Amino acid sequence: MSANAVCPVCDATVPLTPDAMPSELVRCRECGSELEVVTVAPPVVREAPMEEEDWGQ
Amino acid sequence: MIRVGIVGGSGYTGGELTRLLLQHPGVRVTQVTSGRHAGKPVSSRHPNLRKVCQLDFVSAARLEPADVLFLCLPHGQAIEQIDRFAALAPRLIDLSADFRLEDPAGYPRWYGREHSRPDLLGRFVYGIPERHREAMRSATWVSSAGCNATATILALAPLYDAGLVEPQATVVEAKVGSSEGGAEFSEATHHPERAGCVRSYQPTGHRHVGEMIQELSNGQPISIHFSATAVEMVRGVLVTCHAFLRDDLDEREIWRTYRAAYGTEPFIRLVKARDGIHRLPEPKLVTGTNYCDIGFDRDPHSRRLVVVAAIDNLMKGAAGQAVQAFNLMHGFDETTGLGFPGLHPI
Repeated sequence: MSANAVCPVCDATVPLTPDAMPSELVRCRECGSELEVVTVAPPVVREAPMEEEDWGQ
Repeated sequence: MIRVGIVGGSGYTGGELTRLLLQHPGVRVTQVTSGRHAGKPVSSRHPNLRKVCQLDFVSAARLEPADVLFLCLPHGQAIEQIDRFAALAPRLIDLSADFRLEDPAGYPRWYGREHSRPDLLGRFVYGIPERHREAMRSATWVSSAGCNATATILALAPLYDAGLVEPQATVVEAKVGSSEGGAEFSEATHHPERAGCVRSYQPTGHRHVGEMIQELSNGQPISIHFSATAVEMVRGVLVTCHAFLRDDLDEREIWRTYRAAYGTEPFIRLVKARDGIHRLPEPKLVTGTNYCDIGFDRDPHSRRLVVVAAIDNLMKGAAGQAVQAFNLMHGFDETTGLGFPGLHPI
């Protein structure tokens, strides 16, 4: 059964597919944020960590 | 088929209306008038309509009865002939500024002259469908909004309606294209003077501010501090609105406010992307379309909320908005004839 999470950036509804799994990346269709599935039941997502570069400073 | 006449069709707005209405499945364009170009093909002034429009311009004196007249005359001329137009058609859509303000006192303040037919102002429905949709469904006369006013009102209405911003503090800077000046040339439009310019042509006192206050005030005293700058662009308006939040709202609450206001609107797109190069609205991406793209950014160091909106001044700011109103007045789907999604790249 599919479930809806809430985008933590823009508060839009983010539908999760029935086979969604924790750590999977999804994208909010409203604001384009890349989101990470935290839990499926209940459906919770968070902002996916941005790729960062360490220049040794 | 609805019989439509376009009065004053040789200008840019008239050309856009002709283009849109020729493609409209429920419309037959019967006449396009022009005082100076009578007898010439409409396509002689609007070359994009070659092989699309077979009509010749006729003089306004030969205007015949129709179901609807679109009035695309220079400001001041619709007032003078309104009784004649009303006798020729049961429905009028005026694209000039002649009947935009409800309060006659606004005309000397914003246009520098008294209104000669204040008795008629109450008969017109102000032409932004997103604000007056239900009134338009039964309207016989509609007064289309100004282009800069349209972009500003649509950008700010959710905030003012919800009482979220300081009502006297909003500053709006508009960048506008050269077609806002119309099809008549002047010293200011001479190519060496206009090309490459970034010209603050109206830092204060723009006439459209009267409409903005009318539509955003909700009965309360407000101020809109508006400035306009002409930039290197043929079509388009970009308004950057600096509003100041009354409370310390976060971006999710702003999102909710705009989504509640515009989530089901067919011609408003909320544009606020987290990455990529098109993160906020841009005029060129709405060129030729009836869209108003709206985005925002919350200043993390203050309560300033920057709202950005982009339209095509000849479309959502004029002809497209008028056709949208026409659709509502006649029971057509609101989007009929307005489906062009724009071009990319352009």
